[in-house]
Amino acid sequence: MTTAVKAKGSKKTGVDKFLTLLRFLLIGAIAIGLIAFVWQQIDPNNPFARWRNPDAQPLTAEQIKGLVVTGLSQGAMYGLIALGYSMVYGVLGFINFAHGEVFMLGAFTGFVTSNKLADAGLWEGGAFIPSVIMTAVLAALIATGAAVLMERVAYRPLRGSPRLIPLITSIGVSFFIQNAVILLFGPGAKGYPPNPEWLQKKRRFDLLGDAFAFEVEGTKLLVLVVASFSMAGLWYFVERTKTGKAMRAVAEDKEIASLMGINVNKTIVTTFAVGGAMAGIAGILWGLLFRSVIATTGFLPGIKAFTAAVVGGVGNLGGAMAGGVSLGTAEALAPLMLLEPLGVAGPTQLRDAVAFLLLILVLLVKPTGLFGERLSSEDRA
Amino acid sequence: MKKLMKLLSVIFALSLVAAACSDDATTDAGSDTTAADGGGDAGYLGDGSLGEVTVEAGGAIQIRSLNAITGDVAFLGLPNQRGVEQAIADYGQIKGFDVDMGVGLDDLCSADGGQAAAQSIVADEQVIGVIGTSCSGAATAAAPLIGNAGMVMISGSNTSPALTSDQQGNAGPDYSVGYYRTAHNDLFQGAAMAEYVFNELGLTTAAAIHDGDPYTDGLATAFTNAFTELGGEVTGYSAVAKEDTDMVPVLTEIAAGSPEALFFPIFQPAGDFIADQVGSVSGLENTQLFAADGLLVDGFLELPQSEGISFSGPDTRFGENKNESTGVNANQFLETYEAANGEAPSAPFWGHSYDATAMLLDAIAAASYTDGDNLVIDRAGVREYLNGIKGYSGIIGTINCDDFGDCGSQKITIIEHLSSSDLDASKANVKFEYAP
Repeated sequence: MTTAVKAKGSKKTGVDKFLTLLRFLLIGAIAIGLIAFVWQQIDPNNPFARWRNPDAQPLTAEQIKGLVVTGLSQGAMYGLIALGYSMVYGVLGFINFAHGEVFMLGAFTGFVTSNKLADAGLWEGGAFIPSVIMTAVLAALIATGAAVLMERVAYRPLRGSPRLIPLITSIGVSFFIQNAVILLFGPGAKGYPPNPEWLQKKRRFDLLGDAFAFEVEGTKLLVLVVASFSMAGLWYFVERTKTGKAMRAVAEDKEIASLMGINVNKTIVTTFAVGGAMAGIAGILWGLLFRSVIATTGFLPGIKAFTAAVVGGVGNLGGAMAGGVSLGTAEALAPLMLLEPLGVAGPTQLRDAVAFLLLILVLLVKPTGLFGERLSSEDRA
Repeated sequence: MKKLMKLLSVIFALSLVAAACSDDATTDAGSDTTAADGGGDAGYLGDGSLGEVTVEAGGAIQIRSLNAITGDVAFLGLPNQRGVEQAIADYGQIKGFDVDMGVGLDDLCSADGGQAAAQSIVADEQVIGVIGTSCSGAATAAAPLIGNAGMVMISGSNTSPALTSDQQGNAGPDYSVGYYRTAHNDLFQGAAMAEYVFNELGLTTAAAIHDGDPYTDGLATAFTNAFTELGGEVTGYSAVAKEDTDMVPVLTEIAAGSPEALFFPIFQPAGDFIADQVGSVSGLENTQLFAADGLLVDGFLELPQSEGISFSGPDTRFGENKNESTGVNANQFLETYEAANGEAPSAPFWGHSYDATAMLLDAIAAASYTDGDNLVIDRAGVREYLNGIKGYSGIIGTINCDDFGDCGSQKITIIEHLSSSDLDASKANVKFEYAP
């Protein structure tokens, strides 16, 4: 913020010019990509498409809808994980890099539980719903426990030390958990049992007429519904309950909050616990959707979720969720709707690059994130 | 930041190797004088041009195994390493000297892993040869280091065409002298798959997906090239990242061309996600799936979604083929293997590694002479022997080494996977045979 204020008064420096150029380049590339995509959809034999990519084929409406749905469900999971990053950053002002591992622990709990239930014949038919609820509760509990333990053992002793120290510690915690899981379960991928037929089946929604009819796989629908409910519950908790109010107060100013009689330590533990629970639920959804989990499952989604938290505005819960959904959707759509029409080879391989370019773009255009950051007074200084 | 650190450390490591290599070259040149007049007259191969290794009385001849023995691809590397161990045991002594494999080294199935292991191998000047790597990606980094040190490397499971030649007399971009393999060249595997899809099944449009690894990229390219040559149309060629989980975007990209066949010669876990999600993408409902030996493993075949997929891979119907150096055939090998390890091999290249080891030991026997109580091995002679291998009979069949190190029998079979609960039946369900 301060640099922006300074820049206004003084002459533009070379860096400013470069950043402006970068903004124009990125936005220009997006605009050209979009125009090329639309043109390709209307006329696949147009000269630009022939020049950039002679084999280019237009996508069908079904395929575009499929991409949107997959992007939304992936994004909903990023959003759920991002909540934990965002809340901890809002309250403690450091990035808990081990949060991705909390998510992975949730997914692993789901792997163990779902396979036990499947062996008992409870992972199909009518027993599936209570089984999934049980698995989700268990995963949320384990993830919560891990997050709380992490705070108690690794971060609380460092409270008050420079911010870089808990940050580095969190990277250490992340490695520790990853390797502990490798030791317990081995390095290979672990599979979830197959989902029941009725869940996997595609469901059709034509509320807005045939042209807007959507076919969604039950699993993805489940992810979207559970994520929405979890988010709504969290919002209610933070904005409407006394504990939530205490969390917001601690995020605003720890010292004054404690002068007002708020137990700061307890509130911080609650923050970790709630973030952990969200990550645990995300872990189960991941397991149901992709049916495979590995010790390093938490790494990339963790980084993406952190990106989502920054894109949405750090410390802003709605922003974290919206950031996650926009990141997931951008990742799914941009390779085929921007990069492919521009003639990039193997565009879907670049989805991670798309995610981080989106981050750069948001930071260039709106440095506080799409929905504005909410930080404590000391962080803003 | 992490990437930058990695890059810096790789550059640092490379500079160290460069320094080490130049040192080696000077010492080798110095020791040449003693060996220069060895030659064929004394009854051993080699002209001493790459230096000699002296094994002192009571010592052992050093070779190494470099395979992917940990991580996701351990299923491929472990049987290779055990094949090496068994071959050494079956072969016995060479001119009264034991052969020592040391501790099995790990190529991590990556260029980084291959390079690190190769550096530790070349640091020991007693080592004559290496059996490995498991993965082509590891070999691209390891082969030049090992070749430059005067050693030889014989792989039982590298199949990337880039490591040897295009079969038209042109060296591949990653070929280095001193590299050999008993595994097939993927040009043959790609051609076999293309012929099966186009001629046998009559499908005329196809797409391919790889994961950026030299093995998968090489095989996918070999397939699409052969398919186009036969008259088919390639409607899409794309790649996933190894750690991708959501395959809907890449499958949608492929679906835009509505191919009748989709060939994805990749590994687990990415392969699991493709097989699982292909049904949910509009436009691929009638597309038939084809995969290669990377996914021809029990872990993948046990998944219900892998049913109906056809796989190409080396012909493992070895029958009564005997390794001519040890006299062991496939059944005898498997008996010993199962007794020692409590399981059947998890990947099909154990025989290739066994034959590779026996060939290396033959080469050492042919290129060595006793000098007092010591055994002296001529490095150039080892290469001379391997270059000249013609009509060697191994467990995998007849082995002939060409000018670029391709020695494999090049027999490919294609199986159709019927049931995820009866893997043996699926593996025996051979639909197509290919031999060049």
